[in-house]
Amino acid sequence: MHELSICQSIIEQVTQIALQNNAQTVTRIVVRIGPLSGVEAALLEHAFPLASAGSIAQDAILETQCLPIRIRCNICANENEASINQLLCSACGAWQTSLLSGDEMLLESIELEKNEEESHV
Amino acid sequence: MCDTCGCNVTEANRSLIEAGGKHAKTEGGSEAVEVLQNLLHENNHRAAHNREHFDKHKVLAINLMSSPGSGKTALLEATIDALTHAQKKTSKDSEQLSIAVIEGDLETENDARRIRDKNVPAIQITTGSACHLDAYMVHDALHELALDGLDIVFIENVGNLVCPASFDLGHHLNVTLLSVTEGDDKPAKYPVMFRGSDLILVTKTDLLPFLDDFDVSKAEKNIRNLANPAPVLQLSARKNLGMEEWISWLKHQIKHYKAHLAQGETVLPMIQKDTIHKDQSEKNYQHQHSHTHS
Repeated sequence: MHELSICQSIIEQVTQIALQNNAQTVTRIVVRIGPLSGVEAALLEHAFPLASAGSIAQDAILETQCLPIRIRCNICANENEASINQLLCSACGAWQTSLLSGDEMLLESIELEKNEEESHV
Repeated sequence: MCDTCGCNVTEANRSLIEAGGKHAKTEGGSEAVEVLQNLLHENNHRAAHNREHFDKHKVLAINLMSSPGSGKTALLEATIDALTHAQKKTSKDSEQLSIAVIEGDLETENDARRIRDKNVPAIQITTGSACHLDAYMVHDALHELALDGLDIVFIENVGNLVCPASFDLGHHLNVTLLSVTEGDDKPAKYPVMFRGSDLILVTKTDLLPFLDDFDVSKAEKNIRNLANPAPVLQLSARKNLGMEEWISWLKHQIKHYKAHLAQGETVLPMIQKDTIHKDQSEKNYQHQHSHTHS
């Protein structure tokens, strides 16, 4: 699996953003992981302490949000939820569908605590 | 997890990124920064750079993916033979195809050597313990490969049906091999990989008479269940069966690619089309600045 690589990529992105914002610590990291992204949220959470140790985000909470797999039928325009290997229209049964959500792999937001001196200025 | 399967850190994971987006205070008083950036932002940026490099030289780049041992290198050997054979028969320059190969393996130069034995340039990437290629490794390999005069570069990914699916290399098309000894339910088991395939090649079909549990139509149904319209071709590289359809697919793709280039556009593999659409901050996907090359 490649979740440790991805965690390290997250820490690098978060560290850059924290430095640019003159933050002292990162308290929360929110990522959006879809079932069809190829990334396992549970493995990401396991890998996170390894990747974040010693970084500005070492005490941060990693929050993974998962949107359901939703599709729209290209034939009858019906929209429905689907399972990971059955992306089929629930109304007409067609396989010609488009994904509306479920393959996200996004760093959505982070929460920072700024340096004390800075916040009093 | 990673310690078991050996995926490690590459340069794609290092050194990022652009300034964070909108700011807002949370209820707890800490500052929230909205980012909305792909988790592999830096890899995707480098991939866009690779793709621009291919496009500048009008070379179609194809990412070959599959389980280990499903016949990627054998397919390339047979493809080289088929193209060489065709070139001997025809005198028309327009029919000739010139190819090169980038080989990805954890260890050994064996596969590159097999390709070089056929007088085709091959660059071997040994990933050490990493279970996939990323855009950085391909970028380094491109520094060693002259693209002038080539029609196709095949990038033979590390044999793995999981991790390679998540990494854009800067290629144009994903071709996934499914050998008949693996089972026709592989697309249902590895949906991320097979959903993103532009072509599925069922390989080792000469073994079909000996296997009572592989049904090509079931494999195809499992691919359609992933809403993937990609063609499914059958071939045996060793017995030289079904190679004509594969070669004509390649020729068609080259035409299609060059037609897009003439319009000032590139071609994106199946998965990245979705990724671009979804990743709101991926401005760099349309790569607009230059990098210097040593």
